[in-house]
Amino acid sequence: MGDRGDLGFRLAIGAVALLVVAVVVGIGVLLVRQSWLSIQEFGVRFWLTRTWDPVAGEFGALAFVWGTLYSSILALLIATPIALGIAVFISELSPVVLRGPLTFLTELLAAIPSIVYGLWGIFVLIPLVRSLQAATPESIKALPFFSGPPFGVGMLSAGLILAVMVIPFTSSVAREVLKTVPVAQREAAYALGATRFEAIRAAMFFARTGIVGAVMLGFGRALGETMAVTMVIGNRPNITLSLFEQQHTMAAVIANEFTEATGDLYLHALIEIGLVLFVITLIVNAGSRVLIWAMGRTRTPQLAAAPAAAGAAA
Amino acid sequence: MTYGMRRRIVSAMFVGACALSVLIALVPLAMILFFVVREGIQSLNVALFTQMPRPVGETGGGMLNAFVGTLILTALGASAAVPIGIVSGIFMSEYKGSRFAVAVRFAADTLNGVPSIVVGIFAYGIAVLPFRQFSALAGGVALGIMMIPIVARTTEELLLLVPGALREGALALGATRARAVFTVIVPAALPGIVTGILLALARIAGETAPLLFTSFNNQFFSTNLRQPISSATVQIYTYATSPYVDQHRQAWAAALVLVAFVFVCSLAARFVTARVQRLRG
Repeated sequence: MGDRGDLGFRLAIGAVALLVVAVVVGIGVLLVRQSWLSIQEFGVRFWLTRTWDPVAGEFGALAFVWGTLYSSILALLIATPIALGIAVFISELSPVVLRGPLTFLTELLAAIPSIVYGLWGIFVLIPLVRSLQAATPESIKALPFFSGPPFGVGMLSAGLILAVMVIPFTSSVAREVLKTVPVAQREAAYALGATRFEAIRAAMFFARTGIVGAVMLGFGRALGETMAVTMVIGNRPNITLSLFEQQHTMAAVIANEFTEATGDLYLHALIEIGLVLFVITLIVNAGSRVLIWAMGRTRTPQLAAAPAAAGAAA
Repeated sequence: MTYGMRRRIVSAMFVGACALSVLIALVPLAMILFFVVREGIQSLNVALFTQMPRPVGETGGGMLNAFVGTLILTALGASAAVPIGIVSGIFMSEYKGSRFAVAVRFAADTLNGVPSIVVGIFAYGIAVLPFRQFSALAGGVALGIMMIPIVARTTEELLLLVPGALREGALALGATRARAVFTVIVPAALPGIVTGILLALARIAGETAPLLFTSFNNQFFSTNLRQPISSATVQIYTYATSPYVDQHRQAWAAALVLVAFVFVCSLAARFVTARVQRLRG
């Protein structure tokens, strides 16, 4: 009786849990079905050409892919050192009383809605970037990275805002990962006369798999971010290295044009961009989770092996 | 300079750099909070919550329809996501060894990482396209899908923290699995689960992208679930990108309301988490 009741319970809640799996599968299936016209019509050409002309029915998404990758990599370059510095500071260096408040404040950064970032971007960050651009000497503006019209709207603003949004994710995962490094490992380093930097460097080396995972997780966030980016990047499909030039991203073009898409092919082209965004973030997130998970797994055997190794060395 | 001195200097510089990165991250946070409060507080008044938007060019008015819309959308999302999320969380923690639980956990983490705009497309496909009509319901579907993985994972993590002795005690007294879960294990973790739900609410109430083409927007007051509905976030977007100063003013005020809500939820979460940790020693 008891067993049968338990089986019923298991099946009942399992059926609800199945919904979660069904939604993920459903998203994949729906995205493929609703972008089929575009997939058939353009094939690989969709991703290799940059003409986006809804009137002529010609769709190429290269410029959006460029903008998404450029802005996300830019955000990653800015955010990673800062996020790792925060993780190290909170988990290794900070006085204990500051730990809680600092964790809370960095997590608050993650809780602020994207639309508020965008609002702040439009009215505060963009004017700042514009004056920065105006103050840039002509000799530097001649470089390909810094050319472009002085609007303030553009790649640099997008990269900066994305970096701020990504920092809390990367730093909180990196902090968790650093926590899994055995204390004995640090104590051993100090016992050998290591400075703080050398001991932490050793701990970070130990945790490298997980730290790469943390950075990838931040990258996944940056790829899919929509509102804040679309409000500051300018929404022009340019392919250029210039940080000051207006550009576009995959998520931004969907947000901007979805409700205006007239005709099935146009809509399917936009959904195909969504499909690829879905697949990319899926791969990046799964990859980062595998790395973080692998990091967590190495911990126990390492701990068990540590005394034995120490004995052998002696 | 000796080798030892150089090592100490490098180490001090590293410590300094780490402290500096904390400061660097706090600058944008402080700036955002400062501007949202400074700009928002000027326009924060009773009219914002009680009046409808005035026609473009007229000053004054409020965002009554948008706030009511956000409440309705959030409630719709939560009413589906809270039960589904909690039950999925129970499944993952109760049968944590099983292969299916691993699959559900993987699906929940995947769903959590899916860009919100893509969730919007999905909700459009299942709740707008078949009816050829933007609707509050479709917006609720989108927000609910975003909320499920957060609730599920929080529930799972908190249930796993409940001491095994509690479960064993219940089972030893002859309780079925279901009874043990619902009368002993879940209640023990309830404060934490409620916190998780609160945080999830704060997150979906601030979502914009999945609403753009599901609940769309509505300049009129509407509580009809089958019609397009306004929301605070989409309204902020519309106002922020408009050329009218009076609309910018209201966008800041609405942003202040959102940020205050998020702040209170995070603070409550921190308070509960600290208490739970203290109880556990």
